[in-house]
Amino acid sequence: MDILRFATAGSVDDGKSTLIGRLLYDSKSIFVDQLEAVERTSRDRGEDYTNLALLTDGLRAEREQGITIDVAYRYFATPKRKFIIADTPGHIQYTRNMVTGASTADLAVVLVDARNGLTEQSRRHAFLATLLRVPHMVLAVNKMDLVDYQAEVFDRICEEFSAFAARLDIGDLTFIPMSALHGDNVVDRSANMSWYDGPSLLHHLEHVHIASDRNLIDVRFPVQYVIRPHAATDADLHDYRGYAGEVAGGVLKPGDEVLHLPSGFTTRVRRIDAAGVEVPEAFAPMSVTLLLDDDVDISRGDMICRPHNRPAAAQDIEAMVCWMSSDQPLARRSRVIVKHTSRTVKAMVTDLHYRIDVNTLHRDEAATQLGLNEVGRVRMRLTQPVFCDPYTRNRTTGGLILIDEATNATVGAAMITEAS
Amino acid sequence: MRPDYQISQLDALESEGIHIMREVAAEFERPVLLFSGGKDSIVMLALAEKAFWPARIPFPVMHVDTGHNFPEVIEFRDRRVADLGVRLVVASVQDSIDAGRAVEETGRHASRNRLQTVTLLDAIEEHRFDALFGGARRDEEKARAKERVFSFRDEFGQWDPKNQRPELWNLYNTRLHRGEHIRVFPLSNWTELDVWAYIEREKLDIPSIYYAHERQVFERDGLLLADNPFVPRGQDEPLFTAMVRYRTVGDMTGTGAVASVAVTVAEVIAEVAATRITERGQTRGDDRVSEAAMEDRKREGYF
Repeated sequence: MDILRFATAGSVDDGKSTLIGRLLYDSKSIFVDQLEAVERTSRDRGEDYTNLALLTDGLRAEREQGITIDVAYRYFATPKRKFIIADTPGHIQYTRNMVTGASTADLAVVLVDARNGLTEQSRRHAFLATLLRVPHMVLAVNKMDLVDYQAEVFDRICEEFSAFAARLDIGDLTFIPMSALHGDNVVDRSANMSWYDGPSLLHHLEHVHIASDRNLIDVRFPVQYVIRPHAATDADLHDYRGYAGEVAGGVLKPGDEVLHLPSGFTTRVRRIDAAGVEVPEAFAPMSVTLLLDDDVDISRGDMICRPHNRPAAAQDIEAMVCWMSSDQPLARRSRVIVKHTSRTVKAMVTDLHYRIDVNTLHRDEAATQLGLNEVGRVRMRLTQPVFCDPYTRNRTTGGLILIDEATNATVGAAMITEAS
Repeated sequence: MRPDYQISQLDALESEGIHIMREVAAEFERPVLLFSGGKDSIVMLALAEKAFWPARIPFPVMHVDTGHNFPEVIEFRDRRVADLGVRLVVASVQDSIDAGRAVEETGRHASRNRLQTVTLLDAIEEHRFDALFGGARRDEEKARAKERVFSFRDEFGQWDPKNQRPELWNLYNTRLHRGEHIRVFPLSNWTELDVWAYIEREKLDIPSIYYAHERQVFERDGLLLADNPFVPRGQDEPLFTAMVRYRTVGDMTGTGAVASVAVTVAEVIAEVAATRITERGQTRGDDRVSEAAMEDRKREGYF
């Protein structure tokens, strides 16, 4: 059994909480006492229905305001897969939290109310999921019961979205008509929409092929930690020098010739340990320890790759940035700290090429700064090189976070487009 | 061998936990692992052992001791710590009370649960810990479902749920000013069943009270509490003998047992998979105070 991480985007009005509630309920992942607590609170507030949003909106402020502010993670499993739901907020002022949820997702479910069709919000959600390179997207056209389950309504929304999606780079897009409230096409195929011959949402989530979403070609091993037991009494341990980290790309096997960056020195993999046992191969997202044939001076922040397939050692990078600070904007000459894999360096913004309107995709080349939740393309100069790939090629070696030097707050996320 | 290069869900969770452990060891000066002898902290300690193998775990473990523990758990704690050769720091709630830092609650529902926060924050300050591993899981409780893996605490130990650091990919912001710290939750994405499945797969030793045994208990507010010297029993709370096990392990004063016949891990898993009540709902008095009891305690610096 493997894990599928998916993010849901949409507002309460689109039926997102009802959808999650139904997935959890129908997979028996809601417990009796949780349901009772929700029913009690709904009753106390004088609501005449059980408000399933109270299950996912876990913070006091969220329940008071009736909106989702931050990502909530929910878990359920079927005999096929374990699922991690990142339930993300839909409002534009919480874009940074939606981006947090999307960054680790294999699939994004974008909810649309069949009565309203595509809105500015659904376009934004689709754009952000694409910006974060979520490999699979489902456009869930919800509340089909309120449009009499008409195929024409569904077809029209699909056409409109396809036209918009053509401007994005969406790897795999699936359209599903549903009614979360009545359970149509959520877990079981709907009897009300015989014109639809695709899968239910859960069936799609269980079967979507995610194994090949990872990069299994370019070997990338950012060194995270060096393990040296220093046990003078045990000869085996005395010489143990292991380079620990999480494989970010490719497949590593004992005997493979590898290259160390920044030195450029080549050696071979002698052995691979994973969680205390020797393994025949390592690939993403395994955390392993590499033992090499030669003694090379290797430390945290270094990169191990193959001799003829190296990442860029870049000090100047072009990146799409999502800015997350309300304190101050990002502008030319802004200074930040950059964390990229296991390396942390300082950086300065040398250029802001454009700001992108997250609702219309319009590029504003006259923009001079990025405010909270704004997205734009920037150029940055780093004090030291990072070993990176374009984000489209590798989500791990292509992504970095920006940290404020004074407050230590995480103020941005960046996706590398080019590096030199 | 594996043409599609897949790993199982337990391997993926284990790998993520190990990555988190190593990141903390690399980036913080004075980490510590909170070890209560409960099943989640047992799994966490097992991950720490694997993350640094064959070297020793490069940080101490700490137990916030209410003095109201199950003796079986304390015995287990000491044995496990001795086996691993790690240093154990015990922060005692009784010491906080004796020093006047905390005031014992009185009455029928008196508990040292909330007082632990004082003891914990004092210990963090005294030992200058900058990162604390906790075994909390997001599936346990709705406020925990909102928390980051690396969760920032200000100089008062407080959590600000409305202003959490965005957490993207597996890139964790570990930067702090003096006096602040981070709570790190390597089991964030594990469910109760994942924890049990891992205990089974790894054949991890756990305290005997997790298995069905005969015990003298009494019923209060729907919980089966163990007969113990710390909770005065009312006239209307007679003792009786029952076959029980513990689904969670906390204080004797506030942790309820569940009726059970499970004497092996596989049998426990079968019971957990069949239950329709959450573990905290079934066994913890402390979460019944209000809808936001956990959020409120977490804001103050609770685990």
